[in-house]
Parts: sequence; C-alpha cells; structure tokens
Amino acid sequence: MTTPAPSTLGSRVRRFWRQNGAGFLFISPWLIGFTLFMGWPFLRSVYLSFTSYDIVSPPHWIGTANYSSLLHDDPLFWKSLWVTFRYALVAVPLTTVVGIALALLLNVEVRGQAIFRTIFFLPSIVPSVATSVLFVWLLNPELGLVNGLLRAVGIEGPAWLTDTTWAPWSLALMSLWGVGGSMVIYLAGLKDIPTHLYEAARLDGANARQSLRHVTLPMLTPVIFFNVVMGVIGAFQYFTQAYVMTKGGPEGSTTFYALYLFQRAWQYLDMGYASAMAWILFIVVTSVTAVLFTSQKKWVHFGR
Amino acid sequence: MGKSRLSDRGNKLLVWIALVILSFPALLPAAWMVSTSLKGDTQVFAAGGKTAPPVSLASLIPKPIVVKNYPDALQAIPLRTYLRNTAFLCIVNITGAVLSSSIVAYGFARMRFFGKEVLFLVMIATLAVPEQVTMVPVFALYRALGWYGTYLPLTAPTFFGVPFFIFLLTQFFKTLPEEMAEASRLDGASEWKIFTRVMLPLSKPALATCALFQFMGTWNDFQGPLLYLNDPQKYTLAYGLQQFMSKNGGQWLMLMAAATVFTLPVIVVFFLAQKTFIQGIATTGGKS
Repeated sequence: MTTPAPSTLGSRVRRFWRQNGAGFLFISPWLIGFTLFMGWPFLRSVYLSFTSYDIVSPPHWIGTANYSSLLHDDPLFWKSLWVTFRYALVAVPLTTVVGIALALLLNVEVRGQAIFRTIFFLPSIVPSVATSVLFVWLLNPELGLVNGLLRAVGIEGPAWLTDTTWAPWSLALMSLWGVGGSMVIYLAGLKDIPTHLYEAARLDGANARQSLRHVTLPMLTPVIFFNVVMGVIGAFQYFTQAYVMTKGGPEGSTTFYALYLFQRAWQYLDMGYASAMAWILFIVVTSVTAVLFTSQKKWVHFGR
Repeated sequence: MGKSRLSDRGNKLLVWIALVILSFPALLPAAWMVSTSLKGDTQVFAAGGKTAPPVSLASLIPKPIVVKNYPDALQAIPLRTYLRNTAFLCIVNITGAVLSSSIVAYGFARMRFFGKEVLFLVMIATLAVPEQVTMVPVFALYRALGWYGTYLPLTAPTFFGVPFFIFLLTQFFKTLPEEMAEASRLDGASEWKIFTRVMLPLSKPALATCALFQFMGTWNDFQGPLLYLNDPQKYTLAYGLQQFMSKNGGQWLMLMAAATVFTLPVIVVFFLAQKTFIQGIATTGGKS
C-alpha cells in the first residue's frame, strides 16, 4: 500500500462539511439559540453567583460571600425552601392520587363519559393568572363562594389567604383544580394497558380491587413516575400563583423559593445573590430528580 | 366485594354518581367567575345600610343578569389593547416556534452529522434546567441589546427552536415512512425540498399540537411580561389583569368580567381543537 495522500486541513474541513454541513444547517437555529440563551447564561450565572451585581454597574467578585450569607444569615432563604418543600410534599401526592382516581372513574364507560372528561379537564387550561384572580375572590372570607357554602352548613370558614396557617394549604388545595392535565395523561396510560392482562387476572380469580392493585397500578407506574417528576420540578418553580395571590404573605407563609429569588433579583437588585439562589435551586432540583430516578428501580414497572 | 366487576350495572351507577358529585367542585369556580361577572353591585356587596346578600348555590344565578361589567371593564382596563397585544404575541410565537422547531427536528430525525446523539441529549437536558438559573444573565443580555421594554425578549427566543417541540417533532418525524423521502431524493430533490414538500404536509397533526401548546404558553405567560414590559400600552392580558387587581383591589365585578374575557378564547380553542389537545397532552406523558 502506498502512503495515503496527505490530506490538508482544508480538504478535511471540506470533507467534514460535505458529510455534516446540511445536518448542522438544519439544527443551526437551535445551536445558536442554545449558545446564546442557554449555554452562555448558564455558565455566566455560575460566575455571577460569586459576585455582587446590580445589573447597572459591572459585577465585582466577592468570592463565596453570597453562598455563606444565604446559608448562615438568611432565615428567609431557609423559610422559602421549607415552604416550597412542604408544598411539593403535599401538592404532588394530592394531585397524583386525585388524578389517578379521576382517570379510573372516567375510564368506566358510563353515560356522559365524554362530557365528564371535558368537565374535569377544562379547569386545567384556564390561564393561571385568571385562576389566581378567581381564587382570591372565591376564597374571600366574607363574600367568597367557599365560605358562603360553608356558612350554609354552619361552618365559619377561615380567612384562607390572609391567615398564616391556612394560606399555604389554600394554594395546595387550589392546585387540585388544575389536576385535569395529569388526569388526561393517566387516562392515556390506562388505555395502553393491554386487556389480556385483565383477562388473565380474572381467570386467576382476581376481583376488581385485586386487579386494580396488581394490574392497573403497576402498569401505570411509568406514567405516575413521569407526572411526579414533572410535578416536583414544577413545584420548585412555583411562582405565578404566589405572586398574583399573596405576594408571598402573610408573614412569608407563601414565600416560595422562586418568588423569593425574584424579589431578591428584581426588587432588591441583588442579582449576584439571586444567581447563587438559582444555583442552589438547580442543585436541589437535580438531586431530587436524581433520587426519584434511582428510586424508580424499586417501584416503576417497565415492559409488558 | 364478591365477584362483582366494574362493568356491572350497579357499579356503573355508583361511578356515575361519584362523577356527578365531583363535577361540582370542578365546575363551581368557573361558574362563580361567570356568575359574578353578570351581577350588579347590590347582588354582591353590602350597600345602602344593607348587609351583603348571603352566598349560596342559588346565588350563583344572577338576578337580574347585569351585562354592564363588561363594558365597564373594557373602559377601566384597556382590555382591547391587551387582547390585541396578546394575540399578536401568540401569532408571532406560534410562527416562530413551529417553523424553527420543525426545521431543527428534521435535522435530528433524518440527517446524519457529527455529535448528533450527544447534542440531542443536551437538548433534552435543557428541559430540566429551571428557568431561574439562566434568568439573570439572559435579562442582562436583553438589556444590553436594548430589548428591555420591547416584545423582542418575549418573541425572539421562539425563533431558535423550542426544545420540547423539537423533541416531539423529532419523535414524530421518525415514525414517518422513509420511502417517500427516498423517492424524492432519487429524483434529485434537495433535503430542504424534501422537508418542505414531503415531510411537513405529512406532519400537520404534530405541528398543530406544537402550535396549540405555544398558543397556551404565550397566552398564559406571566413571568415574561412581568420581567420585560414597562409600558402599559404593551401589556398582555395576563400581566394587565394582575396589574389591575393589584392597583384596584375589590373591583370584583370588573375583574371577573375581565377574567372571563381572558379565559374564553382558550375555551373556544379547546372546543375547536379538542382532539389535538387531548392527544398532545397524552403523548407528552406517554413518550417519556
């Protein structure tokens, strides 16, 4: 064999371009967008988290000061983390259980099935600002519908959104009204369960409850897993409802993490501090997601 | 429970009753919104020495029906302007997102290039990065570009492909038969031509799903306008409604009328595109 013709850099580039160029051109919008709006800001925010930065003047390096004051001198940071965790711990299981229950009911062929599906789905597409404004009115202690109905049965309801003990739970309860989105995903999951599994269960003498326990729920676990992961990620970024309805009050009882971050960044112009918060958020969300992904071996049933 | 199964008539009746009961909490909030928007002051508030009328299920039906909150709301809240702004942003963003995402998805689904798998994974990974992580630098970037106070921060990013849509469309393009594309390729068609003439016409349902999700996203977006808009003439419905509520607390009749106006288009779109809606959401969960 003769030695291969020495390929110049230019000819290599040309060959690379001939083989890959068209593909890169197709994905170039995303490549550019990713670099500008994701990759660069992602790295930049690491740097900013070690600076004092008010956006108007250039950032200046202060080392780990943001992180140490977050961890040591900022009770509101810990409080907002706790408010967010607590919300996730309540709202995610609540919407999961109700979502599955509704999907199971809606999977039974009854008269008006399609209408019921629409009824339970529609609230989930009402814009979140409209939902928030509506619920402030609905939960109005004197004139709202909720306390009005409670009064009719002799119960004096609480001041839902202005009472420190009730406000966080009011928001968790409100999240149930939007359960329709995950309900539809569960319904699709139920439809995907092959009927022969139910027939096999019945031949084995399983009753309805047993086939729910041993066929339906195990087969639904991949969908449950998906919804739980999305629910947890969503809970850590919970913002709009809290901002519109309570502005974090009363007494910080609904100061969710994303809301506190926003206030730090845009009300106090503490952008370096907010960047440090964002990175802690990133680490927390990634860890929780990682834990969920490791746990799936134990409870998520893949394959048929 | 014995041998009875859910297919039994008795159990079906129980399910039906449960669904009827559960429909109340699902329907009442929206019913209350519309009902309040159609009431007069005296039907809701204490007035002229009288206490406010008691709230009950019967009070959900306005007696008499008062329409004036709607023109009032149009006066007090520049709803017409907000509606126009929001619709404009929706049209721009749907165009941008569907165009760019489908182009990128075609690249990922049908082209061969160096590092494709890794780049696709990177793109999926960006879905899990909380917006807050990039929010500050992105804001600084837009501000430096002079985009603060304009619609550009709310629209430009959609022209660079939306990762979630790219993912959906890539999966969809992969399910389309290769033969038609291959035939056009033998006829000497360029990749671009195959994409626009062969693939896109076959992909209408998937494109419709993306358009719908983008419509919902832009229509509902609150954080974007909150961060970037400073001129009330440019406000969207979501932001304008929140601003009105925080500045004029207690105007519940007008607020509910405005919230109804804000919600109605979404409901109309739902009924027009019901199938796309449900299938879109269902595939979202199923594909993961």
